[in-house]
Amino acid sequence: MLMTERERCAAEIQALAGKLGRDRTSLVPILVEVKRKYHRIDSYAMQVIGDLLGIHPVEVHSVVSFYAFLGDRPQGRFVIRLCRTISCAMQGKDRVMRQLENDLGIRFGETTADGSFTLEWANCMGMCDQGPALLVNDRIFTRVTPEQVHEILEECRRVFGVHAAEAKEVHLA
Amino acid sequence: MSAIPTYAAQVPEAGLKAALAASRPGLISEIAASGLKGRGGAGFPTSVKWNFAAAAQAERKFVICNADEGEPGTFKDRVILMEHPDLVFEGMTIAGKAIGAREGILFLRGEYTYLRGGLEHALARRREQGLLGPDILGSGLAFDIRVFMGAGAYICGEETALIECLEGFRGEPRNRPPFPVDTGYLGFPSVVNNVETLAWAACIMANGAQWFRSVGTEKSTGRKLFSVSGDCRRPGVYEFPLGITVAQLLKEVDGSDAKAVQIGGAAGQCVPARDFGRTLAFEDIPTGGSVIVFGPHRDMLAVLHNFLEFFADESCGQCTPCRVGNPRLLDGVAQLQAGTCSMAYLKELCALGETMQIASKCGLGQSSPNAFLSVVAQFREEIMGRMS
Repeated sequence: MLMTERERCAAEIQALAGKLGRDRTSLVPILVEVKRKYHRIDSYAMQVIGDLLGIHPVEVHSVVSFYAFLGDRPQGRFVIRLCRTISCAMQGKDRVMRQLENDLGIRFGETTADGSFTLEWANCMGMCDQGPALLVNDRIFTRVTPEQVHEILEECRRVFGVHAAEAKEVHLA
Repeated sequence: MSAIPTYAAQVPEAGLKAALAASRPGLISEIAASGLKGRGGAGFPTSVKWNFAAAAQAERKFVICNADEGEPGTFKDRVILMEHPDLVFEGMTIAGKAIGAREGILFLRGEYTYLRGGLEHALARRREQGLLGPDILGSGLAFDIRVFMGAGAYICGEETALIECLEGFRGEPRNRPPFPVDTGYLGFPSVVNNVETLAWAACIMANGAQWFRSVGTEKSTGRKLFSVSGDCRRPGVYEFPLGITVAQLLKEVDGSDAKAVQIGGAAGQCVPARDFGRTLAFEDIPTGGSVIVFGPHRDMLAVLHNFLEFFADESCGQCTPCRVGNPRLLDGVAQLQAGTCSMAYLKELCALGETMQIASKCGLGQSSPNAFLSVVAQFREEIMGRMS
């Protein structure tokens, strides 16, 4: 990471801590926000957060590595989480999985080379009566069919990408 | 079955106003008289929990709403939070008065982030209307609520793991006792109640204990929401009196040709068709409301494989029976699917399952072998001697 980028990252985390609180109870909320903004929580960010909250960076890492929505692996701008639990499985999640992999050219657990998309599994997302369900960042899609996959991905690309219709970065949520 | 569910036909803030007018002991005894038990699935009497926290002496106390609805097949809390958030906040405020807490926290699972905007909006409106804040409706009661986002961990539905997450730690369950009503969030007395429990508490204060217990059974009073999914024509959220039989429920949801029903989610039990006369009640089949219907052609081993993958992934890894046991059971199911599991090994796996039920630290490991053990007991003819 460039020095200037680091400085900006540290400043933003400092601002977050100012807003959310500088004690340990703010750790998960701060991490959620850092992940949302940077699509990753790297060791530098963990160091800064640890310093601000007065805890060892290893403590921060132990929390980061515990939660499915955190994690230290870099992710794409759009994280697609497909529910793999029983009711969605019974309603055909495997075909949606196959189409997502085909259309993006990656497997589940991977991120596209351009950093746009990550495919992740999710455990039960509480949409069992309307499966198969998936989340794109915070936005929920239900009764997803394999042929709708292309449409969902195109919608993401319209919001962000080299051919984005809207120039500014917008979260699909 | 009435067209409009009871909880949805509620007069806004009637429960809160009744609670503000009541004395603290009077409020708790009304909840006690209703017989309300925890709607998250454990079925602990709500009034007992509140009483413990009310009796505790502390500078701060907390009301925590458990909206970490993660049990496979459960989605009733999502519907309540989306359509009737005020009922839940009303219930939290009532609990606040009951135990003497000024602070409420709604712990919302990360997967439900899309609900947060609506909830924050409802909270802001309540503050404007004087339903939250330093002096609620001029009664002198001070109470406010904030939303805390989870970050994707099934185990945080367990109350002490939830508190660990709130405090900024890994969601690893604590030993109980001490219970949260004594030593909860930041060491202060805290009640952790399910979304639906709090909504019903508001309904009970509005309509009285008798109204609530006029339906249900002696030990399982009142109505309950059920999340129905799987092989039925009408999946969705239903409100039924407790004590309804599995067969009655299946008729309502148009799934009568089912060969089995999973009650209580992946952690619950698998009920075969010959037992559809059994009732959904704390004294028979206890449930948080998850009902997953399996049609005549459903492969029960595929179902089990899915459940055990879930538990192997969601185990927090803290205690050995759960961390090691779930992957062992998963591997056993794979062997059954491949047709390579001997009866002797199957018996060993069942013994392992029983060990996990006894020796695991929290509800996850104690209940994760339930589905395995019930499918092995009920569907032996279907699972042995498979040709892969």
